Amino acid sequence: MRVPDFEVFAAGHWWPLVPGVAGSFRDRIGSLLLFEHYNTRVVVLGALLLGLASGMVGCFTLLRRRALVGDALSHATLPGVGLAFLLGPLAGYDGGNRLVLLAGAAASGIAGAAAILFIRSLPRLKEDAALGIVLSVFFGAGVALLTVVQQTSAGRAAGLDRYIFGQAASMTADDARLIAGTAALAALLIACNFRSLTLLCFDEGYAAAQGYSIPLLDLLLMFLVVLITMIGLQAVGLILMIAMLVIPAAAARFWTNRLWVMLLISGLIGGLSGFLGAMLSAVFADLPSGAVIVLTCSLLFFLSLLLGRERGVLVRSLRRRELSAAIDREHLLRGIWELRESAVEFSGAVAERRAAGFEELLSLRSWSVSRLRAQIRRASAEGLVWLNSEGAIELTRRGVMEAERLVHHHRLWELYLITHADVAASRVDREADAIEHVLEPELIARLEQLLLQRQRSGEIPASPHEMAGFQSQAGSVASPEGRLP
Amino acid sequence: MVDLRCGRKLGRQHVSDQSIPLSIQDLTVAWHRRPVIWDVEFDVSPGRLVGIVGPNGAGKSTLLKAVMDLVPKASGRVEIFGRPWRESRQRVGYVPQRESVDWDFPVSVLDVVTMGLYGRIGWFGRVRRGHREAARRALEQVGIGELADRQISQLSGGQQQRTFLARALVQEADLYLMDEPFAAVDAATEQAIVGILRSMRAAGRTAVVIHHDLHTVPDYFDSVVLLNMRVVAEGPTHEVFTRENLERTYGGRLTLLEEATEALRRREQRL
Repeated sequence: MRVPDFEVFAAGHWWPLVPGVAGSFRDRIGSLLLFEHYNTRVVVLGALLLGLASGMVGCFTLLRRRALVGDALSHATLPGVGLAFLLGPLAGYDGGNRLVLLAGAAASGIAGAAAILFIRSLPRLKEDAALGIVLSVFFGAGVALLTVVQQTSAGRAAGLDRYIFGQAASMTADDARLIAGTAALAALLIACNFRSLTLLCFDEGYAAAQGYSIPLLDLLLMFLVVLITMIGLQAVGLILMIAMLVIPAAAARFWTNRLWVMLLISGLIGGLSGFLGAMLSAVFADLPSGAVIVLTCSLLFFLSLLLGRERGVLVRSLRRRELSAAIDREHLLRGIWELRESAVEFSGAVAERRAAGFEELLSLRSWSVSRLRAQIRRASAEGLVWLNSEGAIELTRRGVMEAERLVHHHRLWELYLITHADVAASRVDREADAIEHVLEPELIARLEQLLLQRQRSGEIPASPHEMAGFQSQAGSVASPEGRLP
Repeated sequence: MVDLRCGRKLGRQHVSDQSIPLSIQDLTVAWHRRPVIWDVEFDVSPGRLVGIVGPNGAGKSTLLKAVMDLVPKASGRVEIFGRPWRESRQRVGYVPQRESVDWDFPVSVLDVVTMGLYGRIGWFGRVRRGHREAARRALEQVGIGELADRQISQLSGGQQQRTFLARALVQEADLYLMDEPFAAVDAATEQAIVGILRSMRAAGRTAVVIHHDLHTVPDYFDSVVLLNMRVVAEGPTHEVFTRENLERTYGGRLTLLEEATEALRRREQRL
């Protein structure tokens, strides 16, 4: 293949052609932001609608785990463009007519989809083989055809190779109208088939058992991809088209757990990247539109990856920190409560001791001084503990209630581990530590039912093991034997 | 002359019986000419819980899929309430294997259960409040009503299985086909599923269930089909579920049939 001439088709060379904007950079941005120029409006609007539609269609191909089908199909459109150019005049159309070219692209895209479905149905050939074969064979044929076309003078003038990398600037109002119409058609098809497509992507077997035709639905999905690719050729180009089908959908997944919301967000991200990308490539006249749109899109992807409300990195690390703070708090409350329990036991259930010294608490666990301090500060802000006049940490009434709940869960789980999971008594404390923070109410109820038939529900069982770290406090500790109910 | 017309299956004249939930006659399924199940034949009577038992690779899932036309049949006939699958699809509820789907999919538990109603809602219909209420009731029935709005990735294995069961229940089908509903679920879920199966039976419904745990077969199922590529034995559990039959089903030695299949497969690969 002839190396594509970036000077000609990859750059947004249309900008200086717009009258009156050869001036300063500031003038350019100013006029751009005001959409003073018809051409800018057309291009930006077209790119926006394209992104919107590709974002929505991409959700389904991504969830069907067929994201790369888009890549194969977009490459499969190229021979159609060449053929339409060569054969168009025979049917009485001008070869450079864009509608004819795009119809050719769509036709050969659909042929590619059929080829994928056929190859996949052959024994021992899987999806990846089908995609690889279709992509390379169709693209190869397309490149060969384009080389032939380029040798004619009409062919050179038509500049078909702009469909490879895309050139938003060459978009006309007719193109934008075509994009709008096709995007609306795609949206309509998705709306009518939303449930079928959802079922197809989620549970193919069940869908088939319900009477849905899986090959037909797959064909519909591929048809949608071909439609999107067809209108994307102009602005983004066939090589980068896959980005518009995958990246917005993948980015949207970080924001939501609802499919229709994902569809909206994906469309929004796609539309925004089309919009911003087309603007940027208009401002910096030498930037190729397809590449800029895709780069904008990936920027939005990284933002989503970081900030996404459901699964973004930031939210997840915040959740982790929250959880570990909650665990620390539970350890603190339980520590104070158990210190108090052992003191009461030692002195014959008379002494009312609700407080624990800082040093005592520090020796209970492997937490650092600063971590324990921070923890105490937080717990007192939440009204669970307070510092009494002697500087000891004392549970408030709410703190006592919370601590009793925690000790109850902890000991239930310990009992379960000893009696049902054969965990050694000396190890249960550690094991229960790990799990007690995530016990759900339903599970607690079942544990109570299982273990505490003779005990009143809610009553705190005695610890089934020796309380490490309490010897110094209490002097002696009751032996663990005979404590099991 | 009459005998000739009756064909090779003398004495088994087929009559379409509307009351028989599932009738399978000499069903053979092959994957690319390699047989998976051979000449399977049995009837399921109404209002019974039927277990399908057999070793891994015995073709249990394939059998269910062939009943529902999800895999092509090499030969044989399947009738559901005396009619072919296409015409009686609405009367069948299917519970696929839990592992067959991506549990990270962006839908809620209620969304999944509502899928059981898509057939009734139709292509252009809308999901209405009545549908959602039916789905919630089904979730209550399987004991996870409070999880309706959770995203499905937050479910435990047992809860996933219950979700699938609710999706089938909401169809209010007459025949249920379940692919290993008891696989890797907690004891509470197992009890819940058994309870639901029994109340189905009490309501005159029929369930055909692929099952792995041999210990519980006599307790759970009225009839059993012992399957290892072909039907080794089938009938009431107390008659068929014997040590001898189980040995024949799970026998360590390769049966002639398997050897023949293996030879066929090797030849296929050479071609």
